[in-house]
Amino acid sequence: MTGALVPFEAEVVGRKDETPDMFSLQLRFTDPEVQAAYRFSMGQFNMLCLPGMGEVPISIVSDPDEREMIDHTIRKLGSITRNLGQLRVGDRLGLRGPYGRGWPTEAAEGTDLVIVTGGLGCAPSVSLIEYVLHRRGRYGRLHIIQGVKHSNDLIWRDRYDAWRQHPDVEVYLTADTGDALWPWHVGPVTQFFERIDFDPGRCSVFICGPEGMMRAVIKAMRKRQVPDERIWLSMERNMHCAIGSCGRCQLGPKFVCRDGPVFTCRELAPYLSHRGV
Amino acid sequence: MKVHHFLARARFPSLLEALVEAGYEVIGPRVRDHAIVFEPLTTVEQFPRGIIDEQAPGHYRLRRTESGRLFDWATGPQAIKPLTFAPRETLWRSERQPDGRLVFREQPPEAQPTAVIGVRACDLAALSVHDRHFLHDAHPDPHYRERRRNLFLVAVNCLRSAATCFCTATGDGPRVQHGFDLALSELDDGFVVEAHSQQGQAILNALETTPATHDQLEQVEAGLERASDQQTRRLPEGSVPEMLQAAVEHPHWQSLNDRCLTCGNCTAVCPTCFCQTHVDDLSLDGQTASHGRQWASCFDPDHSTIHGTVIRAERPQRYRQWLTHKFGTWVEQYGRSGCVGCGRCIAWCPVGIDVTEELDALSIAPDDAPSRAPDGEERS
Repeated sequence: MTGALVPFEAEVVGRKDETPDMFSLQLRFTDPEVQAAYRFSMGQFNMLCLPGMGEVPISIVSDPDEREMIDHTIRKLGSITRNLGQLRVGDRLGLRGPYGRGWPTEAAEGTDLVIVTGGLGCAPSVSLIEYVLHRRGRYGRLHIIQGVKHSNDLIWRDRYDAWRQHPDVEVYLTADTGDALWPWHVGPVTQFFERIDFDPGRCSVFICGPEGMMRAVIKAMRKRQVPDERIWLSMERNMHCAIGSCGRCQLGPKFVCRDGPVFTCRELAPYLSHRGV
Repeated sequence: MKVHHFLARARFPSLLEALVEAGYEVIGPRVRDHAIVFEPLTTVEQFPRGIIDEQAPGHYRLRRTESGRLFDWATGPQAIKPLTFAPRETLWRSERQPDGRLVFREQPPEAQPTAVIGVRACDLAALSVHDRHFLHDAHPDPHYRERRRNLFLVAVNCLRSAATCFCTATGDGPRVQHGFDLALSELDDGFVVEAHSQQGQAILNALETTPATHDQLEQVEAGLERASDQQTRRLPEGSVPEMLQAAVEHPHWQSLNDRCLTCGNCTAVCPTCFCQTHVDDLSLDGQTASHGRQWASCFDPDHSTIHGTVIRAERPQRYRQWLTHKFGTWVEQYGRSGCVGCGRCIAWCPVGIDVTEELDALSIAPDDAPSRAPDGEERS
């Protein structure tokens, strides 16, 4: 048996520049058996590996029912992600996964969804929204709330317009700083929470973004009587192994790689309110 | 009832011979660089005869005594962690083929049958903690497993404690309790020996022993009691994890800013610390690469760095992470505290920070403590 830390070879079968510093890679394991056996759920991640450089944890953004390839949207932040950005169709890299616990897409069925994203281009929440819209009948009302720092930071504008066309879908966009042509709101994401129409007793709130925003959203959701166990957060931490061994991603008693990256607010509440934990 | 044997001092070399005969490389305590370390040895003369360790916060000195005993020292800096969790090892190698394809090959786990003489109760407790971390999860570690499987453990009951020892407070010593093959208790004229596994029994059968006398067993009991009595360090009463959880914003943490050097010595000598850095190497021609791991420390700012931001940027935050993990959140993760009371972090801290004193200070509610913010809410 191969150790859990050894990558498999994968091939780039598609790539797309999303913005000057963001790109998407479509990958496929070169061993058809490995590809055929590969299953994942929304919110899980893979370790992408450039031999000699290292590995990075990257969320999977394709649909779990898409079995031919695995999509990742990557921001160029460090040397490995910048070099991943140099890959072209046909190039090979290492891939292992999936890891972690993703969004509770089944537990959320039959409930109203509130998906809150802060920061620019949070790809995992975009794919979560697409997942829900492809299975529209299973979920109640859908509220999509996206906050960005500056109006220029909103990518995938066309998708937001498309989402609005679906029945029972509300899209709220806001920027900390908007320019003259910014048609939507200015201010924090929390400004919408008092008026959005959902059933606090039967809802699921998914949050992805900076931790400061998470704390603000949690506070606002509690005010609307949403219980902590119906609020889920996708966390980010330094990771080297992805299997709960290297110890780097610890957040209180949790290993973010293995126990998360998606947690309920109930699980993390004791740790979120402190700096440097 | 368990039979205890007595191995006369003059016959101690036969233990080494029996282990070599059984195919083990023998590792035991030796003096190197003024400290007791576990290293390969072949003769009894290489054991630290009559050597005792004087330990105190930030202090470790060996002293020669007139005693003929080989195990009067309490702990060296190492424990047996390096024998199972390698300080640095390769996990896989890759090769780029001329056509651009990549081949990944797992580095096969390697281990020789190894017998370690002189393992203390605290070391055994730490080993069992690491067994839980490395073996009892969805992804058992093949490298750890192979080395662990090849270990033969000759434990030694501590009949003397160093001043830094506090295994009675953690419940891990000084008597060895489980997880060993043979246990020795050293008296002036020889060793009381007991076997605790089939392999241990096989080695014991190869030794020329006599049944241990009642008097010898009483001497061992008295020695163990003495070792317990010599320990003065204690842990706070009540639930330490709960205490630490309540003390997250305790002002005492800030005092670490002026004392802790964040050197990571405590994590290096701690027998249960398991954090790792994964490292990659590329050959000069760029065609082959290797991926390995090495010991890491949560005192390194890079340990928590993400997207260029250090999550635990301040020294007190890193010390808090270490202490609250070791004594607090560890319990939720592994069903017990990560501290086995060996006291190494106290002796090997260059500035003499004493975990038991830090825990004491944190367990006293500060008069002017800010009221705790409700969970999950921003403090004003």
